[in-house]
Amino acid sequence: MCGIVGLYLKNPALEPRLGEFVSDMLEEMGDRGPDSAGVAIYRNPAPAGGSKVSLFSTDPAENWHTRNDEISQALDVEFSVQIHASHAILTSAAPVDEVNGWIVSNWPDLRIMSIGTSIEIYKEKGHPKDVAGRFGFKDFAGTHAVAHTRMATESAVTTEHSHPFSTGLDLCLVHNGSLSNHNRLRNFLARQGGQFQTDNDSEVAAGYLTWRLSQGDSVVDALKSAIQDLDGFYTFAIGTSNGFSVLRDPIACKPAVLAENDDWVAMSSEYRAIARLPDAKHSNIWEPAPAQIYSWERSSSGNGASDAL
Amino acid sequence: MVLQMRFDLATHSLREINQTLHHIDRRPGETFVIEHPKGTHSVAVGLTEPIEVTIEGHVGYYCAGMNKNASIHIIGNAGPGLAENMMSGRIFVDGNASQYAGASGHGGLLVIKGNTSSRCGISMKGIDIVVGGSIGHFGAFMAQTGRLVVCEDAGGNLGDSIYEAQIYVRGEIDGLGSDCVEKEMRPEHKTELLELLERACLSVPIDDFRRYGSARNLYNFKIDNADAI
Repeated sequence: MCGIVGLYLKNPALEPRLGEFVSDMLEEMGDRGPDSAGVAIYRNPAPAGGSKVSLFSTDPAENWHTRNDEISQALDVEFSVQIHASHAILTSAAPVDEVNGWIVSNWPDLRIMSIGTSIEIYKEKGHPKDVAGRFGFKDFAGTHAVAHTRMATESAVTTEHSHPFSTGLDLCLVHNGSLSNHNRLRNFLARQGGQFQTDNDSEVAAGYLTWRLSQGDSVVDALKSAIQDLDGFYTFAIGTSNGFSVLRDPIACKPAVLAENDDWVAMSSEYRAIARLPDAKHSNIWEPAPAQIYSWERSSSGNGASDAL
Repeated sequence: MVLQMRFDLATHSLREINQTLHHIDRRPGETFVIEHPKGTHSVAVGLTEPIEVTIEGHVGYYCAGMNKNASIHIIGNAGPGLAENMMSGRIFVDGNASQYAGASGHGGLLVIKGNTSSRCGISMKGIDIVVGGSIGHFGAFMAQTGRLVVCEDAGGNLGDSIYEAQIYVRGEIDGLGSDCVEKEMRPEHKTELLELLERACLSVPIDDFRRYGSARNLYNFKIDNADAI
């Protein structure tokens, strides 16, 4: 079943409460899937030309400060570390490729959950209420977030198989549904240089979008291609550094509700999650149409530009 | 004096409210109101008494399912599975409804003033559904009996594999499903449509409505088609 939520704030005054809102929404969706939960949140961009990486360690005694010193010395750049339970966020002025390459070569025991400039991903096994509590989601400020609570149907219940999946810079995807052609598509994408951490179908969808973007597509164009190339059931919420998008498959069995007012745009599997937001009852509420791409982007001149394409 | 019993979903459990409505010892003229539904599932499900219930806000999945005799008015939107397997009574939704509204309904009247999405009236078995706006794809899929009225547009595959239900659509249709065809709008159909719109409290001119139903090629056994089984 799974539950997905997305929240994009138009009103900057609400940014300190993003984590609180998203935690409430995700908790409300908890009975759609208690196996694991996760959030991708966009906030605190790295310095220009720099990078931010979310790391996960299976070692409860992980010493992140030692890791931070190690990478700072190796790359001769000062890194800052923020620790949240089993995850840590390392931010620095070092470029993305350099950081990624060094971590992959030197820390094979760690998992990179996301990499980019503003994205942070936190995900774990367990009910979303417990997961949110472990990471302290409620205290996170930010501009936008997508989140997921999972009922596993397609592959194992592990932290790595949890959503959101990120396979490209600042890009993440959460999925409710199941894909039928993910094995063949994973093989194809691997031949194009795509890298996958699991055998999960949703990770393939994220990898597909990453591949399209690497070919020069915009997010909207990548999603248009996805309608042609992905076979199966899906409602996707996709996060990028400056916006978020929603897409349902052409048959549209999997539920989705969108709501918008002057302060925010929210997406969820069910309205009851949106009902937790301020003034939800009086927002414009609708069900996204099948195979239609909905996208909101923060432009350099302002924010809240919305499009149904 | 107007007698009204109010239930608040913010302070009472859903089960408590539904069970009270199932076994209500109603005073003459008494009506019932449910406040703060906030997208809760299964609100006012399984009612059997001829009571009037108003729900003040948006509801989640399966609202008013299996309704018999009761009149339920939703001041808001409804989630998936509205009025599923309805037997009789009346259900009015002021806003929009999600997927498979009125699925498998045996009787009664379901009115949605706004839009509904896919599979509205799937497998309907005698229910009347009137939609003030548009419906999504696969409306009246495998519909057996009953009437579906759509005042605006209908999505693709309308009436796929339909049996003997009647469909009336005023606007555009994004394609008919298998074995669904347009049919002549005779005087008795106009009378039937007028009566349905009146019961739905919708004043929509009937001149532009067109009628659709089964070509009866699919569900009749024909020896020529035996190879297809």
